[in-house]
Amino acid sequence: MISQLSWKIGGQQGEGVESTDRIFSTALNRLGYYLYGYRHFSSRIKGGHTNNKIRISTHPIRAISDDLDILVAFDQESIDLNAHELRAGGVIVADAKFNPVLPEGNNARLFPVPITTIAEELGTSLMKNMVASGASWALLGLPLDVFNKAVEEEFGRKGAAIVEKNVEAVKRGADFVLELAGGPIEELQLDAADGKQKLFMIGNEGIGLGAVAGGCRLMSAYPITPASEIMEYLIKKLPPLGGTVVQTEDEIAAVTMAIGANYAGVRTMTASAGPGLALMMEAIGLAGMTETPLVIVNTQRGGPSTGLPTKQEQSDLNAMVYGTHGEIPKIVIAPASIEDCFYDTIEAFNLAEQYQVPVIIMTDLQLSLGKQSCEALELDKIAINRGKLVRELPELETHQLFKRYELTEDGVSPRVIPGDKGGLHHVTGVEHDETGRPSENSLNRLKMMDKRLTKLNGMLIRDAVRADAPHAAADILIIGMGSTGGTIDEARTRLEKDGLKTNHITIRQIHPFPTDLVKSYMDSAKKVVVLENNATAQLASQVKLYVGQAEKISSVLKYDGNPFLPSEVYKACKELS
Amino acid sequence: MATFKEFRNNVKPNWCPGCGDFSVQAAIQRAAANVGLEPENLAVISGIGCSGRISGYINAYGLHGIHGRALPIAQGVKLANRELTVIASGGDGDGFAIGMGHTVHAIRRNLDVTYIVMDNQIYGLTKGQTSPRSAEGFKTKSTPEGSIETTLSPLEIAMSAGATFVAQSFSTDLKQLTLLIEEGLKHKGFSLINVFSPCVTFNKVNTYDWFKENIVNLEQFPDYDPTNRIAAMNKIMETNGMLTGLIYQNKERKSYEDLVVGFQETGLANQDLSLSPDHFNKLVAEFK
Repeated sequence: MISQLSWKIGGQQGEGVESTDRIFSTALNRLGYYLYGYRHFSSRIKGGHTNNKIRISTHPIRAISDDLDILVAFDQESIDLNAHELRAGGVIVADAKFNPVLPEGNNARLFPVPITTIAEELGTSLMKNMVASGASWALLGLPLDVFNKAVEEEFGRKGAAIVEKNVEAVKRGADFVLELAGGPIEELQLDAADGKQKLFMIGNEGIGLGAVAGGCRLMSAYPITPASEIMEYLIKKLPPLGGTVVQTEDEIAAVTMAIGANYAGVRTMTASAGPGLALMMEAIGLAGMTETPLVIVNTQRGGPSTGLPTKQEQSDLNAMVYGTHGEIPKIVIAPASIEDCFYDTIEAFNLAEQYQVPVIIMTDLQLSLGKQSCEALELDKIAINRGKLVRELPELETHQLFKRYELTEDGVSPRVIPGDKGGLHHVTGVEHDETGRPSENSLNRLKMMDKRLTKLNGMLIRDAVRADAPHAAADILIIGMGSTGGTIDEARTRLEKDGLKTNHITIRQIHPFPTDLVKSYMDSAKKVVVLENNATAQLASQVKLYVGQAEKISSVLKYDGNPFLPSEVYKACKELS
Repeated sequence: MATFKEFRNNVKPNWCPGCGDFSVQAAIQRAAANVGLEPENLAVISGIGCSGRISGYINAYGLHGIHGRALPIAQGVKLANRELTVIASGGDGDGFAIGMGHTVHAIRRNLDVTYIVMDNQIYGLTKGQTSPRSAEGFKTKSTPEGSIETTLSPLEIAMSAGATFVAQSFSTDLKQLTLLIEEGLKHKGFSLINVFSPCVTFNKVNTYDWFKENIVNLEQFPDYDPTNRIAAMNKIMETNGMLTGLIYQNKERKSYEDLVVGFQETGLANQDLSLSPDHFNKLVAEFK
């Protein structure tokens, strides 16, 4: 029996890879396995090789694996491109229709199953996904009734006849492969899971759910990969709460509409990726200058320009930290798990209102789109905090304005919203006085700049730096952000076996940089490895800038569009040690 | 009830003496009082340019944003609190050059926002460059040999984008302008009011006298029917866009707010943000 395995399905985009993955993983989730998914896809709708990989485990996992146990192939290309990942003795279930052959030198066990033929016999080739997942399921020796229940839920709305056909497709796929293989494959038998169904979602859904829980009631956004799922989730969930999502004409409209709505008192977000973030820069400055709360999600993908729009990268860090002309206070936070996506989004709305600044939630494609098991989420773990928002106000004298930008000790002024009597004030992106009126007075300028730029002093979010640091003095401290944490931990297990003492920190508050916290872990490490998916070591540059200790920092970079594999991290650290 | 004086503040506009924008400001203040608004119920969202300063000269809630983006900001305000009356305003460069993309889509979206454009056919604040509204051959600092681009017709664009309220006025006709703004404020949906507002400093062609000679008031056509879309389009073309009055109004089409599924009469800003544990548990259960 084994505790974890990896399954991958490959085919042409649009031929059922996604749905096979969905039904297969839903059924596994029912049995209580921990799952971690990875989507390899192209920026096109039909055609082009695509594959989905799922890691299945009896214990929590947060990384894709180096190798593969089962490959389901809808075409020869899927075998040619992916068979090298199979471990010795791995299994390929392939559609017999294309007369699959093993690449030269590959010793995988190939099971040709008439996937398309069975589906067509049952009425439609669309049922290929059912035949294929049935065959995979059978090889793992898992209970068929659980799978059938998942099928029932997927197709129940379409009527009993459709369910029955799909169940039959699953059975035929299972029967065929079992006959061919002579029963379930012994090395692929997973230990039983705990039977407790986990939450299973992508990071973008975690963000969407967090937004709803955090009081967000409006979203304005423009579609872009890999952010669109957030707006697609919220347009379903906000209307029952009185809110809505507006698909705007571009990202400039998206961000400025969000600024208008936040100014008017409703928690409003927008979400985009690099190209959209670039368009939002001027408006982010407006939010900073006018001290208007704003929450932006930036789901990073491969840049620059259109770059690798469907691939993993973490190369917008500089743009998020530095992008916008002039100098404003801004918060950039980086969730590192699905749970973080949920809680950090609630916190982002709180921070935006407490500090009256733009907050960027930075994810990466793997975190945003990789479907993973997730621990139970608690609604009341983070309470909604609207900061210095005041709704009951004394009346103003004639020509008196509310001091919306009152100079206060902490730099944060009371905030009022349009519609409330006694709150009249002006808002402008021009430098202004305490009532918001334009002012070019030098003394006022200094006071206002200092007010804005010092209000984040000392700010730390929950788990600003998340540490797994068992060693008082480590040989290597590995620093990462975003989706790379699980991979780093798998590499560490191997490094520790080799006798290397490794600590690991995940920087979750990117800006303002949590210098003291990061420094405390660096001080006790002999070497520091900063691991990031970009070419110019943007996170390492921040570490060097704020903490120093440049002489002991090395970078491990990957910018080929794919997430790090545990073996790559292991090898890189090993070479440095 | 507030009078127009209550929409005045003590800020002296930084417009040049004789600028058309003074009258637009006065018309907004009068119209706001005439339709029964209180200062706190009005939000004036403006762009950048000479005219963009208008939000600072009206005693109401006001936001002076970034160049070309008054409309999306204004729409955000309206979405957040539909109980507010929202005016967006700016110049022809703001709305028809850098912000044209937003103008067309704000028209299509039909949120209940009144958009007042102060159209002076030139860039004033940057001291005299061509605008999309400048005539062909118009000589400016950026077009020393005369503009070689076609003049943009905002009225035709608005009509073709499905506008539900299109009007045009001239800043010296305070009575007509005030009435049109009132109608725009009362209109349930997006209203575009383009106002010829001469720049006395940088535009020596499109002067007050030039407008007086060249514009036709729709009052001259007693049979004109502003609910007839084809007639409106024809009239705009016949007059080469040099007409004033209520050009088109469609009272049938519902505003965006009225079409959004689940949108309530109470402004979102005045609703409770909390999510019930039951509701949350249902949302979470979808991920099992």
